[in-house]
Amino acid sequence: MLDRRLIHHFDWEVLPLVLALGGIGLASVYSAVTADPPPAPFRGLFFKQVLWFGLGMLVMTAAVVFPYRHLDRLAYPLYLGCLLLLVAVILFGKFAGGSRRWLVLGPLHLQPSELFKVVVVIVLARYYSRLPAGQPLGFRDLVRPVLLTGVPCALIAFQPDLGTACLIALVAATLTLFAGVAWRTLLAGTAILAALLPLGWSFLKEYQKQRILTFLNPDQDPLGAGYHVIQSKIAIGSGMLTGKGYLQGTQNALSFLPEEHTDFIFSVLAEEWGALGSLAVLALFLLLILWGGSIAYRSRDPFGVFLAVGLTALIGWQVVINVGMTMGLLPVVGVPLPLVSYGGSSTVAVAICLGLLFNVGMRRVYYE
Amino acid sequence: MKRFLDASEPEAFRRRLFFLMTAAAAVFVLLAMRLLYLQLVLGEEYLRLSLNNSIRLQPVDAPRGLVLDRNGVVLAENRPSFDVSFTARDAGDPERVALELARRLAIPEEELLAKVRPLRGLAAFRPALLRQDIGRDALAVIEARKVDMPGVSVQVRLRRQYPQGPLAAHVVGHLGEITAEELKSGAWPLARGGDFIGKTGIERACEPFLRGEPGGRQVEVNASGQVVRVLQTVSPRPGKNVFLTLDARLQRRAEELLEQVAGAAVAVEPATGAILALASSPGFDPNAFVGGVRPEQWEDWMQHPHRPLENKALQGEYPPGSTFKIVTALAALEEKAIDETTTFDCEGVLNFAGRDFRCWKKEGHGRVDVRRAIAESCDVFFYRAGLRLGVDRLAWYAKAMGLGARTGIELENEARGLIPSAAWKKKRYGAPWQEGETLSVAIGQGYVLATPLQMALLTAAVADGGVRRRPQLVSRVETAEGEVVWGAEPVEMGRLPVGPRTLAVVRQGLWAAVNGERGTARRAALPDIEVAGKTGTSQVVGRREGMEEVLPLHLRPHAWFVCFAPFSSPRIAVAVVVENGEHGSSAAGPIARELVKTFLRRDPGGGKTAGGTPLQAAFQPPPRP
Repeated sequence: MLDRRLIHHFDWEVLPLVLALGGIGLASVYSAVTADPPPAPFRGLFFKQVLWFGLGMLVMTAAVVFPYRHLDRLAYPLYLGCLLLLVAVILFGKFAGGSRRWLVLGPLHLQPSELFKVVVVIVLARYYSRLPAGQPLGFRDLVRPVLLTGVPCALIAFQPDLGTACLIALVAATLTLFAGVAWRTLLAGTAILAALLPLGWSFLKEYQKQRILTFLNPDQDPLGAGYHVIQSKIAIGSGMLTGKGYLQGTQNALSFLPEEHTDFIFSVLAEEWGALGSLAVLALFLLLILWGGSIAYRSRDPFGVFLAVGLTALIGWQVVINVGMTMGLLPVVGVPLPLVSYGGSSTVAVAICLGLLFNVGMRRVYYE
Repeated sequence: MKRFLDASEPEAFRRRLFFLMTAAAAVFVLLAMRLLYLQLVLGEEYLRLSLNNSIRLQPVDAPRGLVLDRNGVVLAENRPSFDVSFTARDAGDPERVALELARRLAIPEEELLAKVRPLRGLAAFRPALLRQDIGRDALAVIEARKVDMPGVSVQVRLRRQYPQGPLAAHVVGHLGEITAEELKSGAWPLARGGDFIGKTGIERACEPFLRGEPGGRQVEVNASGQVVRVLQTVSPRPGKNVFLTLDARLQRRAEELLEQVAGAAVAVEPATGAILALASSPGFDPNAFVGGVRPEQWEDWMQHPHRPLENKALQGEYPPGSTFKIVTALAALEEKAIDETTTFDCEGVLNFAGRDFRCWKKEGHGRVDVRRAIAESCDVFFYRAGLRLGVDRLAWYAKAMGLGARTGIELENEARGLIPSAAWKKKRYGAPWQEGETLSVAIGQGYVLATPLQMALLTAAVADGGVRRRPQLVSRVETAEGEVVWGAEPVEMGRLPVGPRTLAVVRQGLWAAVNGERGTARRAALPDIEVAGKTGTSQVVGRREGMEEVLPLHLRPHAWFVCFAPFSSPRIAVAVVVENGEHGSSAAGPIARELVKTFLRRDPGGGKTAGGTPLQAAFQPPPRP
């Protein structure tokens, strides 16, 4: 089914990069879930994550083989389907940890907001790739993308999952800037946003402001987030140059780290592997992002270019937000570290992103 | 693809792509610099912190809001309590420290050892509560001997205190430890296990206001658990103070007057629906709930024949007896079943359907019109009026006046009362309505049930020109700094479905009951204040021939009294029930009179409650995050 020439154009040299990050992730998840003193309640999660990673690789393969340009046609049906799932989450979703994010389908706990990240990129790529070439975008061109992004963002923020909502907004903004916004529109848009923010804030009631502040800090214990951040910083800092050694992290072992296998996995990794290990991981991510950029650079198809830029931005922003959060640079929001954090939906979503990137790269020349 | 044949386009894309990639690389360099700063520059310090595991989290309680009466008399406040906790990891030899502590506090050694022994592994890092609320003397001993007892620390926590003891206990309510289900429900997002939340009364209804937001401190401790450095502090936000509409003086008087009996008294401000007093007897001391109820105390309450924990003012359902004649009179006049000149002849008994229905006055009242019938509480008149009306029309009026339904007061577990109708009986008993039963209903007997609060509000509506108001217990909510964040405003629930003329006639009847020559409520008269009211005596067992003699206490009728004053411009409406009090005029009337007197003599000017939005609007459950 695959043309030999396509296989020839597959970026084989990136596969080890993906596998390396996944392997580091599995090793860190293992450390995080087994370090708890008995009865380690999350021990089983490691094996689950192995399965998820395996499934992710299958999904990635699936996302490689079909010609990605079918997505151009499927963009709106996919978008609507995902939107329905999001509404379903709000209506029937499982309530856990203070928010409603999961759809329970038998044994499967699906997190539609994870899938939506990818779908928003697809639908925006379709939109921008069809605009007349060479003209900077004006206000009128931006109405649709703002709606396409704003509606799901509002639904996701309502769950509440402000982290994912912000992430999607950032990715959409990146893609829009890449599409080329007219300077005047850009300046005016920024000015309007800047003017609206304090105005909107002043209209909010005290408890609503409080709610937004709690949004930014999903842990409801007012001291919780600050506590997490300082513990996370202690974990990272105490790794020093070479780290405490694999499975030797004390912060991790004493469960001082919250969400150690999901949102704070980078802290576990940095404590055990030190500056050398954590810088290496950052470098691997940067390579992955540069590779995504190179795919956009090489593709001759506008839809492919936008798709590649959007997917790369999605991965890149997640890394920046997650790592920044563990180091106390950004507020604590639940954004997972791609390929490394524990989590089924997010692993599958990242796998789709990578698969599509391979797909665009492979079909940069040949069109069926 | 077509577009890329145009060569200028990819150039622009490539330029922007290059910019994006440069930006990404710059951000990553920033992340790497932060990483190096944490790991290489601050690394030593963080390593030391991580090796000692010396960061401790200390919660700081938020003071719960006060509950005060309308004039600022404190009904619920907080006092400091000293709790001893123990962090096993800081102790060195936990058992030695436990023995030392047991000796210092004079507690059985085994008790402390049993609590200290399980503190191993992770539990050793977390402070465990050893003993709550030690006295100031014990505190001094521990503070002085701190060095000998590493790992022992004393936290100041706030405990609820009810300085007035049992005063308004049913209204104020009490706290209890949050249960696992309540924690899971998400309705108390800031609560942690072991926290105390409002379980009854205002403590429960105003929980979102009263509850503050806890703060906390991250501290670094040394090897023996002493704080060496505070790393970060989040100040607690104190809860808001809730001012009730209650007048503590009136409330105290009501409770004094009810002291020897079981019953309830409710006083309402007709113009606003503000509850001035709401007493239920016997009462209890809510301080007994602080720190957990002793089992003997609980047993005592449960065994008490008059159920002290029950708030009889809104949970007690009694046949309203003759006080219900207000409803029958209003309905019959408005439906033109009678008019203000209609008279019936009372011979002390009415034979209906082969059965004798008796008037309380054996010798009969003679010819009476509706005003006299109210004033002298003539049963035969109302039997006849009730027959002309029929039970269903009577029931419609009673319900339209707010009976048979909850009043919507802020407190929990309010009873509905009961207004029977033919359809109700068919559904409940599967039997058709008997005409004879209508006679009982017309004088507030039979199936009819009402709470003292319902009757007080009905009386208030009659007093205030027919306007029915939602009862309000909270007058305003203030922050600890005194800024008003919420204020009550009168809420109209509807109007009595009668015209002004009808209302005036009934009011004249009520005036005559107290001030007329032969009025049944003369015991409630005051020399300087015009009171209008109605007695009631509700049968516990059916009234039969020869049963007027002395009955065993628990079978004696309940005594009712409802009234309002001053007649021309009413400022207070009162309902009183005395369980098994026998006669409304003698048992309940004087209590009502004393309440009117206490309220009006002290405060002859009109003081109304503050404005704002309806309380119910502000009583959304705590927001889900």
